[in-house]
Amino acid sequence: MRNRDLSFWLFIMPVLVSLCLVIIVPFIYGFIYSFTNWNGLVATEFIGFKNYITLFKDEEFRASIWFTTKFAVTSVILLNFLGLGLAMLVTRKMKSSNFMRTVFFMPNLIGGLILGFIWQFIFISVFGSLGDLLGIEALTGWLSTTATGFWGLVILTSWQMAGYIMIIYIAYLENIPKDLIEAAKIDGASSFQRFRNITFPLVAPAFTVSMFLTLSGSFKIYDQNLSLTNGGPYNSTQMAAMNIVKTAFTENKMAYAQSQAVIFFLIIAFVAVTQVYYNKKREVDL
Amino acid sequence: MKKSKRKLYMIELLGLLLALLWLSPFYLMIVNAFKTKREIFSGVLGLPKELTTDNFVKAFNDLDFFKSLFNSVLITVVGVGVIIIFSSMAGYALARNKSKLSGIILLVFVAAMLIPFQSVMIPLVSLFGKADMLNRPGLILMYLGFGSSLSIFLYHGAMTGISNSMDEAAIIDGANKFQVFWKIIFPLLKPISVTVGILNVIWIWNDFLLPSLILADSSATIPLKMYLFFGQYTKQWHLALAGLTIAVIPVIIGYFFAQKQIIEGVSEGAVK
Repeated sequence: MRNRDLSFWLFIMPVLVSLCLVIIVPFIYGFIYSFTNWNGLVATEFIGFKNYITLFKDEEFRASIWFTTKFAVTSVILLNFLGLGLAMLVTRKMKSSNFMRTVFFMPNLIGGLILGFIWQFIFISVFGSLGDLLGIEALTGWLSTTATGFWGLVILTSWQMAGYIMIIYIAYLENIPKDLIEAAKIDGASSFQRFRNITFPLVAPAFTVSMFLTLSGSFKIYDQNLSLTNGGPYNSTQMAAMNIVKTAFTENKMAYAQSQAVIFFLIIAFVAVTQVYYNKKREVDL
Repeated sequence: MKKSKRKLYMIELLGLLLALLWLSPFYLMIVNAFKTKREIFSGVLGLPKELTTDNFVKAFNDLDFFKSLFNSVLITVVGVGVIIIFSSMAGYALARNKSKLSGIILLVFVAAMLIPFQSVMIPLVSLFGKADMLNRPGLILMYLGFGSSLSIFLYHGAMTGISNSMDEAAIIDGANKFQVFWKIIFPLLKPISVTVGILNVIWIWNDFLLPSLILADSSATIPLKMYLFFGQYTKQWHLALAGLTIAVIPVIIGYFFAQKQIIEGVSEGAVK
């Protein structure tokens, strides 16, 4: 197919039109609107960087970005540990390893909204009654403080996503030649040495893939945040995405919310581009 | 040899315990959904003394379950169908056109994946509102826009394994471009279509924020209904958990029948 063929354009037209209408046009409009007093229907004047200046002074927005960053970094570390651990567990030759894969992956198929509600019950009622039963005070009052809200979100996300990261690591682990491990065994390498010198370097590319998926995924989380803590107590567990939705659709400050959305995009793009950059650099180094 | 076998059994036992721990949220959800409010208050871990189905009847009615299930199925099937049809066509055309322009178009689609939903959400809702498109057809169009990037990327990758001589032979036999694609290429792309289908089903079925901004109450999907239902029965755990159990059941049934394809599809979609 060539550029001047009508068929080429007919084949790509539906997706091209939808991409423009759904992403590109709203993205450009949104960028422009963030410099105006837009109220969702009309924008009467350009106000320059006023929205952005307000935004940098906005304690609530800054707190939400900081909370999101802490959350994303913590979950990425935990998720990769868990994912690799589970993958190494289920790739052993065991009767039940298929069953385990199925179980560990299962939470991933259910939406974050529903899982958040289920865990709300667990953190509040189950933890509470366990705490009373065993006399452990640390188990009571979960989700009513910022710290327990934070760890609640981390636990929920880790439980939900670990199976997904496990799948990625499995794909790489199963590509490691068996005879390499056998040869090292015969040479007398301990299981730690085998992990350190063979498995680890060979699954290193999986880190990049899963880091990218988990990092940008955790920055964008909304559903779990809404259903588990709803930002509480006092908006202290509110993440960036939720802050934008609330500013726009509850407080009706459309132009201001859009300026938050632009900053949010810049952060996500920065994370992604940095990742791609390091990825490329590492490939060259190899 | 014996020693290492015993070690493996120990590891398997630990793994199974971990799997049970992993399933425990579902256990807690189900057993407590059968209890009365008072029974939950007196203990959450044990099995219910008697099976009360009242919670389920109430949740089933309040969720308007058959209707919301129908709405979810409709949106998911049409949305995923549209994504598969149009993304495969585009992936094929972009792979067969070797020009610079074609490369740039593919790059634009991939770059669009960087834009988070929240960054376009507000103008999107406003624009579609002005065009009177805050309805199901509008939502399907949005799913095509948000879902096509990854799908085109996957189809484009799969096309590299399909030789151009296929197309040429069919053209000599008198087929036009559409016939070549639908009769010859599309059947060969079936494995990647399964992957694309699975990834998009998981996403659209569970999607909450986008449909909550678009759909009217009468066309609400399961997550939207669940959100309203939960808000109505805050702290009435016996009812909330019964509703959650009902909402989870369709997914578990689907997973039971297609777990192998689902795990393979997800693996393929993530690693590429």
